[in-house]
Parts: sequence; C-alpha cells; structure tokens
Amino acid sequence: MSANARAPLAHHFDSFDQQRESASLGMWTFLLTEMMFFGGLFIAYIVYRWSYPEVFIAGSRSLDIVLGTVNTGILIFSSLTMALAVRSAQLSRSRTTVFFLLATIVLGAAFLGIKTVEYHDKFVHHHLPGQPGFHLAGAPDQAHAQMFFVLYFAMTGLHALHMIIGAGLLGVMTVMAARGRFSADNHNAIECTGLYWHFVDIVWIFLFPLLYLVGRHG
Amino acid sequence: MNPNPHPMNADSEAAEPPRHHYLNAGYGIRSWLLTKDHKRIAILYLVSVNVFFALGGLMAVLIRLELATPQGDLFQPDVYNRLFTMHGIMMIFFFLIPGIPAILGNFLLPIMIGAKDLAFPKLNLLSWYIFNFGGAFVFWALLHGGVDTGWTFYTPFSTTFSNTHVLAVGVGIFITGFSSILTGLNFIVTVHRMRAPGLTWFRLPLFVWSMYATSLIIVLGTPVIAITVLLLAAERLFHVGIFDPAIGGDPLLFQHLFWFYSHPAVYIMILPSMGVVSEIVPAFSRKKIFGYRFIAYSSVALAVLGFLVWAHHMFVAGMSVYAAAVFSALSMLVAVPSAIKVFNWTATLYKGSVSWDTPMLYALGFIGLFTMGGLTGVMLATLGIDVHVHDTYFIIAHFHYIMVGGAIMGYLGGLHYWWPKISGRLYPRFWSKLSALVIFVGFNVTFFPQFILGYMGMPRRYHTYPPEFQVLNVMSSAGATILGAGYVIPIVYFIWSMRYGRHASSNPWGVVGLEWETTSPPPTENFETTPVVTHGPYEYGPEHREDAVVR
Amino acid sequence: MSGPSVHVVPVRIYLTIFVTLLALTAVTTAAAFVDMGPLGNLVAMAIASFKATLVILFFMHVRYSTKLTSLVVTAGLLWLAILIALTLTDYFTRGWLGVPGH
Repeated sequence: MSANARAPLAHHFDSFDQQRESASLGMWTFLLTEMMFFGGLFIAYIVYRWSYPEVFIAGSRSLDIVLGTVNTGILIFSSLTMALAVRSAQLSRSRTTVFFLLATIVLGAAFLGIKTVEYHDKFVHHHLPGQPGFHLAGAPDQAHAQMFFVLYFAMTGLHALHMIIGAGLLGVMTVMAARGRFSADNHNAIECTGLYWHFVDIVWIFLFPLLYLVGRHG
Repeated sequence: MNPNPHPMNADSEAAEPPRHHYLNAGYGIRSWLLTKDHKRIAILYLVSVNVFFALGGLMAVLIRLELATPQGDLFQPDVYNRLFTMHGIMMIFFFLIPGIPAILGNFLLPIMIGAKDLAFPKLNLLSWYIFNFGGAFVFWALLHGGVDTGWTFYTPFSTTFSNTHVLAVGVGIFITGFSSILTGLNFIVTVHRMRAPGLTWFRLPLFVWSMYATSLIIVLGTPVIAITVLLLAAERLFHVGIFDPAIGGDPLLFQHLFWFYSHPAVYIMILPSMGVVSEIVPAFSRKKIFGYRFIAYSSVALAVLGFLVWAHHMFVAGMSVYAAAVFSALSMLVAVPSAIKVFNWTATLYKGSVSWDTPMLYALGFIGLFTMGGLTGVMLATLGIDVHVHDTYFIIAHFHYIMVGGAIMGYLGGLHYWWPKISGRLYPRFWSKLSALVIFVGFNVTFFPQFILGYMGMPRRYHTYPPEFQVLNVMSSAGATILGAGYVIPIVYFIWSMRYGRHASSNPWGVVGLEWETTSPPPTENFETTPVVTHGPYEYGPEHREDAVVR
Repeated sequence: MSGPSVHVVPVRIYLTIFVTLLALTAVTTAAAFVDMGPLGNLVAMAIASFKATLVILFFMHVRYSTKLTSLVVTAGLLWLAILIALTLTDYFTRGWLGVPGH
C-alpha cells in the first residue's frame, strides 16, 4: 500500500456509509460525555455565583475584557478554518485541507498564548487562590474571593487542556491530510476532530460571558 | 425455528467442537493482548474483573472476621476503615460496574445483533488496557495501606484530613471511568448502527436493551464523577477547594456531584443482571417473555429516572428539607420500572415449562432477593424511615440484597447460561446446582440479620458494637463463610471444564436466540453468513415448531 | 459506495455564520456595559446560547445530519438541565424551614 492510500473500509462494517455514521455517532456520544464533564464545573459556578455575587463581580472585573473578547474572536475564527478544513477533505483537496488545518493550529496557539499572558497577569497580581498574599481589590470577603479564581482556573484550565489535546489531534490530521488519506468516502477522522474542536469552541462561548462579563456596568 | 425439545442432559451425545473458532484462531500472548475480537476482549475482562472481585472479597472476609466479636480486637479502627473502603471501591468500580457489560456484554452484544464485532474494536481493547491501568493505581494504593475515607470520599475528610493515598485511588477511579465510557459508547453506536437486516428495535433480545440502557447511564453519568474526582484531587494537591468551607465552599456540593453519578451507577450495576434474567427466564420456561415492550421501556425508564433521585443519599447531610421531600417522591417513582420487570418475569413463569437448570436457579434467586432489596429501597426512599436507619446496617443489608442477591446472582446466572457458548464446554450440573444453593443460603444468612441489626441501631463503618448485637453478627459472619465457599466452587469447575468438560453443541440448552445458532465456541467472525432476522426473540410455543401444521 | 450522503456546505454559509458569530461577540461584550439589572444575565446567556446553536447547526453539521444526532445533542442539554435544576432545588430552598441545618 502506498503512503497515499485512502483510508479503507474496516472489516466489520458493510459500507462506507455505515462506517461514517458510526464514527459520527461515536464522536457525538463522546461529546455528550464532555458536556457532562464540564457540566460539573458549571453547576459549581452557578452555586457559588448565586451565593457570593459581589465576589464574582470583583473577580470578573479583574480580568482583561479586551484580551477575553479578542480570544473569543480568535477561537471563532479557528472554528471557521476548521470547518473549511473538513470541507476541503470532503472534496479530496489535500493541499487546502492542510492549509486550513495549519491555520486552525496557529489560531489555537494564539489563543493559548493570550491565555498564558492572562495567567501570568493573575500570578503577578496575587490572584492565585490558596497562595499567601492573595488579594482581590473590590471584594468584600477575601476568603470567598478565592472561590472565583478557583473556578476561573478550573474552568479555563480544563478548557485549555482540551485545546492542547485538540492541537495535538490537529497535528495528526495535518500529517494524514498531507498524505492524501482523506476523501469523500472516508474523512471520518477529520470530521470527528472538527466536532471536537467546535465543541471546545462552544465551551468557551459560554465561559467568556460567565467569567469576563459579570457586573461590568456601573 | 425449531427449539430442540431435549435440553442439555447427561445422556446426550457428546458434541463435536467446531474446527475453527475464536479461541484457537491464534495462539500466543500477542494474539490475546493485541486482539480486536470482542470475544477475546471479553475473556481478558473476565480475568481482570475477577481479580478485583477476589480482592474485594478478601476485604469482606476480614471485615466479617472482625465483626464476629463486639470488641475491636482484630484490627485498629484506622485499619478497619481502610478495609471497608477498599472493599467498596474494588467491588463497585472494578467488579460490579464493569462486570456484566465488559464480560457478557462484550461477548454477546455483537452476536445477538448478528454483527461481526462492536463498532469500534480497537477502542474496545483500549478500554481493557485503561481498566487495568486505573486498577493498577488502586492496587498500588491497596499495597500501601489503602484509603480510609469510605468509598464515598466525603469532603473535607478526603480532601484535607485523611492521611492515606486518596490521590492514587482518585486517579485510578478517574482513569477507569474512561474504560467504562468507552464500553458504553461502543455499545450505543453498535446497537444503533450494526443490527443485522430485519432486526428492528423491538426484535432485539432484552439483554441488548439492558446493555443499551446501561450504556446510556454510563455515558451520561460517569463524566460527572470524573470531574468530581478531579476537583477532589485538585483540592488535595493545591489546598484550595471548591468544597472547602474556609473559602465559602460547600461540602454538600461534593455530595451532590458524587451522587449524581453514584446513584445512576447502581443502575449500571443492576440493569445488566436484569437483562440476563430476562434472557434466562423465558429460556428455562420455554415460554415467550411476558410484556416484552414493558421490560424494554422500563429498562430505558430506569436509566432516565435513575438520574433524578440522587439526593436520597443526602437526607441527613444537611440539605434542604424541601429538596429532600422532592427527592423522596422521585425515589418512590424509580421503583416502578423495577417492579414492572418483576411482575413480567413472574408472569412469564406462570404456565411455563420450568426446568431447574443452574442458570434458572440463579435467576429465581435474583427475582426473590432483588424484590426484597427493592422493597427495602422503597422504605429508604421514605424520608422519615431513612432518617432513622441512615448509616446503619439496614442500608448495608439493602444494597447488598440488590448488589449481591441481585447483581451478582445475575452475573453468575449469566456466566452459567452462556459458559457453553463462551468456552465450548459443559460444566458439571451437580456442582453447579450445589454452589447455587450454597450461595443462596450463605447470602441470606449473611445479610438478613443485618436488616435487623440496622433497624436496632447498629451503625455502619464501625468495627465495634454493643454486645447485645453479637448473636446476629456471628450469624452474619458464619453466613459469609458459606457464601465465600459458594463462590469458590464455580471457579474450580469452570476452570476444570475448560480442559475436561464435555464439548457443547451449538445449542446445548435447546433454546431460542441468535447466539445459539452459531457454534460453541463461535468463529471469530461470529457467523458464517450475516443472519437475516424475520421474527422477534423468545419465539417459543407450539406454533413456532418447524413441524407445526398451523402457523 | 459513498458520495451523496455527505453534504458539502457552501463556503458562503460558513462565512455568514462566522461573521454573525463575531458580531454577536461584539454585541455581548458591549451589552455587558449596559445596566439591565437581572435581565443582564439572561441576555448574556441567550446570546451565548444562540452562538452555540449556530456552531452546532452549521459548523458541526447537525442541520444536515440525522435526527439521532439532534437527539444526542438534546439529551446532553437535558441532562445538564437535570444536574443544574435538581441541585438548585437544594440550594434555593435552604433556610426556608427556619430550623438550623435545614
């Protein structure tokens, strides 16, 4: 088999359609588990924001809204390039697929870069929970204020971890695309990677207002 | 479809084993450790899962030994804490939850739907490796003193005050959760996408329905325990916590998140056994199951309703009384689907041609004992009663009736029913019936006294108790010995059968089902040609005999 | 063997969705500075939900997929709702009885 061999039909499937539909359902089922995984953090957020609203306002205001908005835009852009990459794979266009995959990786890296800047900023301003010297300006209760940052780091950290994994998957997809492995018959791997990447984008779409846009008025 | 009217008996002709089947399809350790065949993966799981069953059983033996006397004379209280914790963790996460799905489900699901394998064979193998990887962490922790928090890991003890290897066990459970998720995911996609031509949803065997419902629970619930364990680990490692009252955290939030999974988890543990019983009862009554659709729907209902009741574990934890009332009402509701199944199984037996083969003994034991466990569950759903018996041996008796009297009986029944198919060998009938009886007697002697003890006020997780409780405790410990002996006997004859047992024919029980239409053991690809299904399961009765005049 | 069952979405649809998502992001950020009282949370979540819906329907192809796929998505949302709603029955009703610890 040459290195350019298109991905074949697995022995236990009867048709490419069955294989594709199985891959799709499998990936969606996995995303279902991811929804519930992040869901645990979301209920924790809701409980504590309801319990300590002022602390969440102060915490949110300490985040850089410009960086947050820009990052949201970057991630949305990466979702576009991801969708275009999958589309190119559907049309068996390896070069454009590789291009869009690389673009997605670059945008993802940019997102993580900005996140790193933000984390560093938190470190510098003594907003790391549990560390001596923690202080959040404007928070009525410094102990409770730590809770905002516990959630901030837990939620964005878990999200960032998923992005790093996603970047790894994208790298693998890039190699596969460069080798011409995707075709109209079988582009399941990149389709599934796309679903994963869009899911991670959606998580951020919710994280952004919940963490960055609390009590910004007044 | 002509069911053989002469079921397996000692006088029938010895069957010829098939020339090529999945067990001799390849030799050597690589052919097993790198297999993609769901049947071989089922055997791999059989070994791993039963290792943990044995370890958990060892913990149980030590617990019952200590409890034979009122004083804490065998173990320090700290050690006793570790014993019951490791018993719970290993039995629940590494035996009961994976148990039937990973062994019987893996083996039978593709065959029962006429497929060559599960949808994702490589993920299936990966799930076994992940199971062992997670298990290794727990095993390591066991060797280094175990964990003493109780299998429920309540905060703040688990996050802040316990000096045991909570992190290692947490990581182990987190990892093994992925094994569970992969299995559930595989089953869901397989049932949706890989059924043979003509196999509509309502022609599926009820075992498949139960595997499907179990998989729904796995996929929806396991991620929540995963995030909970992650947060627990984060709090333990970094000393900041979502559950820490010092920064405004709520320990009850941990309990909500923990039980959101752990209650549905009990349905993960019981639904598969119910599926097994739904197969065994019609087979050994030679009668179509009564209320097929009710059982199918009730399986899914159990999966859904099971997610709505978790806080009944928290009635005395400090939660709001109004919420407690809501959960109490919902918990009453969840008993209904289970009861529907019991009614249907019983109705199937009525006017059936019942044979007392070993699998049927286990199924009948299941029905009786599960009913008792379930009824006491309704008692516990009642807020007023639970406040009195929470954290007593009443609870322990309740869930052991379900888990051991129910789930394990179903597991053993399934193993005995499908062993000829899986191994191609028959086991000795006398010893199998004897061990079923020993297990049934041993179980009741062990756990019935615990209902009384709990109601009288003996608390759980204590290694000492007032002397007036000793008689019942000694009875319980004696029963445990009998139960343990009962468990050892099948291990002996199953292993014996693999070498010396008579070869099984394709259909040694003379029953109806796709799995009985292929050889024992089956070939690697399960069927010579893809079957085409033209009727429902459990087609017993004279109108289905080949020589019937009237169709 | 393949082909027609794979729906290729036109580029202009992707671009339209992309621009819409960016616009909504700008809107939600700007709206954060407007004092809407308790409605502010609702608006932010509504915008986020709408954005997510666009991503799900178009970028994730649910608009062109089977009903089963939509069912999976719905199930996920429903289960999240169960987790959140039932947990909040505890938190929202604490202290109603006036008895310590309940």
